[in-house]
Amino acid sequence: MADVSIRELNKKYDNGFHAVKDVSLEIRDKEFLVLVGPSGCGKTTTLRMVAGLEEITSGEIRIGDEVVNDLPPMDRNIAMVFQNYALYPHKTVFDNMAFGLQMRGYAKADILKRVREAAEILGIEPLLERKPRQLSGGQRQRVAVGRAIVRHPEVFLFDEPLSNLDAKLRVQMRVELKRLHEQLETTAIYVTHDQVEAMTLGDRVVVMKDGRVQQIGEPLELYGRPANRFVAGFIGSPAMNFVEVAISRTGDTLWAEAHGLRLKVPPHLLERAGQRVTMGVRPEALRIANGADDFGFATAVDVVEPLGNEILLNFRAGGVPMVARVDPGVRVKAHENIRFSLDPERLHFFDAKTEAAI
Amino acid sequence: MSEAIVNGRRDRVSRLTRLLENEKALAAALIAPGVIILLLFIAYPFVMALWYSLTSIRVGEAGEFVGLANFTKAINDTIFQMAFKNTVFYTFWATIFKLALGMWLALLLNRHFRFKRIVRASMLLPFIIPTVLSAFAWRWMFDPTFSVMNWALYHGGMITDRLPFLSDGDWAMWCAVAVNTWRGMPFFAITLLAGLQTISPDLHEAAALDGANAWHRFWHVTWPLLLPVTLVVVVFSVIQTFSDFQLIYVLTGGGPANSTHLIATYAYQIGVGSGLLGEGAALSLFMFPVLFAVVWVQLRSLKRMENA
Amino acid sequence: MLIERKWKKWVYFYLPMALFIVFTLFPFYWMAITALRPDEELYHTWRQPNAAPLWTLAPTLEHVKGLLQTTAFPTWLWNTMLIAIVSTIISLVCGTFAGYALSRLRFRGSEFLGTAIFITYLVPQTLLFIPLADIIRDMQLGNTPWALMLTYPTILIPFCTWLLMGYFKTIPRELEECARIDGATRFGAMVRIIFPVAVPGILSAGIFAFTLSWNEFIYALVFMASADQKTVPVGVVSELIRGDIFFWGQLMAGALLGSVPVALVYSFFVEYYVTGLTGSVKG
Repeated sequence: MADVSIRELNKKYDNGFHAVKDVSLEIRDKEFLVLVGPSGCGKTTTLRMVAGLEEITSGEIRIGDEVVNDLPPMDRNIAMVFQNYALYPHKTVFDNMAFGLQMRGYAKADILKRVREAAEILGIEPLLERKPRQLSGGQRQRVAVGRAIVRHPEVFLFDEPLSNLDAKLRVQMRVELKRLHEQLETTAIYVTHDQVEAMTLGDRVVVMKDGRVQQIGEPLELYGRPANRFVAGFIGSPAMNFVEVAISRTGDTLWAEAHGLRLKVPPHLLERAGQRVTMGVRPEALRIANGADDFGFATAVDVVEPLGNEILLNFRAGGVPMVARVDPGVRVKAHENIRFSLDPERLHFFDAKTEAAI
Repeated sequence: MSEAIVNGRRDRVSRLTRLLENEKALAAALIAPGVIILLLFIAYPFVMALWYSLTSIRVGEAGEFVGLANFTKAINDTIFQMAFKNTVFYTFWATIFKLALGMWLALLLNRHFRFKRIVRASMLLPFIIPTVLSAFAWRWMFDPTFSVMNWALYHGGMITDRLPFLSDGDWAMWCAVAVNTWRGMPFFAITLLAGLQTISPDLHEAAALDGANAWHRFWHVTWPLLLPVTLVVVVFSVIQTFSDFQLIYVLTGGGPANSTHLIATYAYQIGVGSGLLGEGAALSLFMFPVLFAVVWVQLRSLKRMENA
Repeated sequence: MLIERKWKKWVYFYLPMALFIVFTLFPFYWMAITALRPDEELYHTWRQPNAAPLWTLAPTLEHVKGLLQTTAFPTWLWNTMLIAIVSTIISLVCGTFAGYALSRLRFRGSEFLGTAIFITYLVPQTLLFIPLADIIRDMQLGNTPWALMLTYPTILIPFCTWLLMGYFKTIPRELEECARIDGATRFGAMVRIIFPVAVPGILSAGIFAFTLSWNEFIYALVFMASADQKTVPVGVVSELIRGDIFFWGQLMAGALLGSVPVALVYSFFVEYYVTGLTGSVKG
């Protein structure tokens, strides 16, 4: 049980590639922190530096009170679950889980007890004498997790552990991991490229891009108040709709205008009058309008995607393709003209150049 | 879960093991034994051989520095010229036959048939068995008085007098090529077979549907895809064949009248047989540039193939 | 498999296959037959009308007995086996360690070293044997098995290293990383986790090295002088010809029996051998 402190962490490879740029994170004890971002954003490299599998170019990592920069993995008291499980193929499940304890000189009786406990928590007792090749993907994943929890480490590290599972199993394991975390109360750092996993699992989520931290915050904060356009577009599925608009002012009201689009917008954009900004609106923020008003626009529907629990409407507005999410009861047909309305409080605006939120 | 055990890892590990945690230190320690043996028994003697070749050293006396005299003597030595020609001839023809027959055999073995495993395993026997032993068997088969081949051909009505298998220089070289082919063909076959198995059958099926017959399929689909493997196998084989010693030593001993010497056997005769170590070393050294050139060409071609 | 006409199968497959098999295996048959034929039958010239070289109606073990009892053949067998086993072990140890280091550890000069080790494969034994004889003599190992046990690895190590490098590359890095996080040292992870998984590769390299040892000739010829130190290839070549007379019966018996041990070991590990053979080319 320990907090992890990452300060000004940098990783530069020999070929000049700067993978991690000045990353600083303070992870609280018992917190489940998720690092999320597209491939190549530096999240895995950061995790591996915490694990001791990559050398640190500059910066500091502390686990508990100790600076661990120069400690080899075996001295860091951490455990890691790999994407491909990394189970030792020549050992039984029991031996796989016991290995770490054997390395640390635990007594046989202790090892037996701990492995049994972990196996029970994960429901894999009947598998203890089997070899990895006799297990299914889901079972292997559990053994990998079991191997980690047996050691009662200070920090758990997860490197995209659910990526290799099929969709149904993934959803199931997500819930189990969350339950496990609440039960074990240990600090965890979890890396994934899937924003759904990030949102459902993380106490806090760190969005990364090109080696830098874009935003840190609780899931709903990232959803509701994204710091920049990247985070806004990354979190949430289907993704936020973006359109370039011109802010104009008539009297006391501000308008956002784009091709075929004219919306009233909140007054805090006053200083942007006469400029172009990027406007973002989430698909779920669009409703079918009852009448004409200034907080909406009209358009023709292109494609209708009925999902059962909701309907996705694809259309064009402001010159760009957009998606809206509406109730399953709505009766709309392709090529029909309809009118959307939206809540101005749920509009997001971003500087056209810096992409920072306004 | 006391602190002592959790941190106990640190105390349980000795100083030496800790030293080996360093990637570079571990690498050095692991590579050292092999490198030491290679330095001691290859690099050092190689330098010595270079030195010997520049002196008139013989068995029993140290000799003196003679510069390139040994080399010029070799170039002017008719026997050496013959040996060099023989070596090139031998390597060239044996490689061609081994490649052709090996490829053919690989194509045959690529099918499914009963007893495939045992056939494949026994086809490798010529390659596994010590060369001198099988060379002796062939020598016996070529024996002037008792040759079974002469017997077969005679009773088959094809010859009236014996064929001078090993008693005529040219015949003997061709016999050597034949034996070398016999021995080396399985190596080609098995390696090319492995290469064949990596070619997806889809490609052959598509070609067949496109109207290609067996030969076209081979030439346009199989051969190009096998080129990298073929190249590597050929180079290995050329290296071995060019520096071959055992086969000729047993089959003909270099005779009759020094007409079937290879570079290696002649170097042995001069160096060990006559005790002229310096000259023997110089003779052997003629092999090295050729081998080096062959490997260099191969590496270049492979790189070009990879980039294409 | 494409459909083809029946007759084509016979002409294009069965016939060539049969020819290959006969071509490949006939010499062994010949060895065996010669070894079992009594002398009177052996020395019929090929022209003699009643010569029937391809079979015998009076097989005999006199050549085999003569070989085993009057020559040092059994000693040669023992020598060769011992030297082969020890050389193989030495080469495997060096090759496995070096192969691991070159493929799994990052350090400057690893590419250079890999190429350098490969280059040593190019230096022919027929070049080195002259100075090596002197070195061996200086180390006072002449005419002892150690002369060969230390020099054979020079042929075997480059190959083993190379083969195992290719094999190690197929093992996922994560296994070691996980072991190290679990608490193993680098060395411990290598020995406890990676090596057990690499056993098939090690076996392949081992069996290939073993057969190469048996096949070596020139070093054994030059370094071993006395009859009781010789290996089978050298012994058969040098000791079974008395004066100018070739005792073919015994010679062939020697050739056959000398081949049996290698062939036997090979037959138990065919798959591994083939993997070793093909792996060396792919690597």
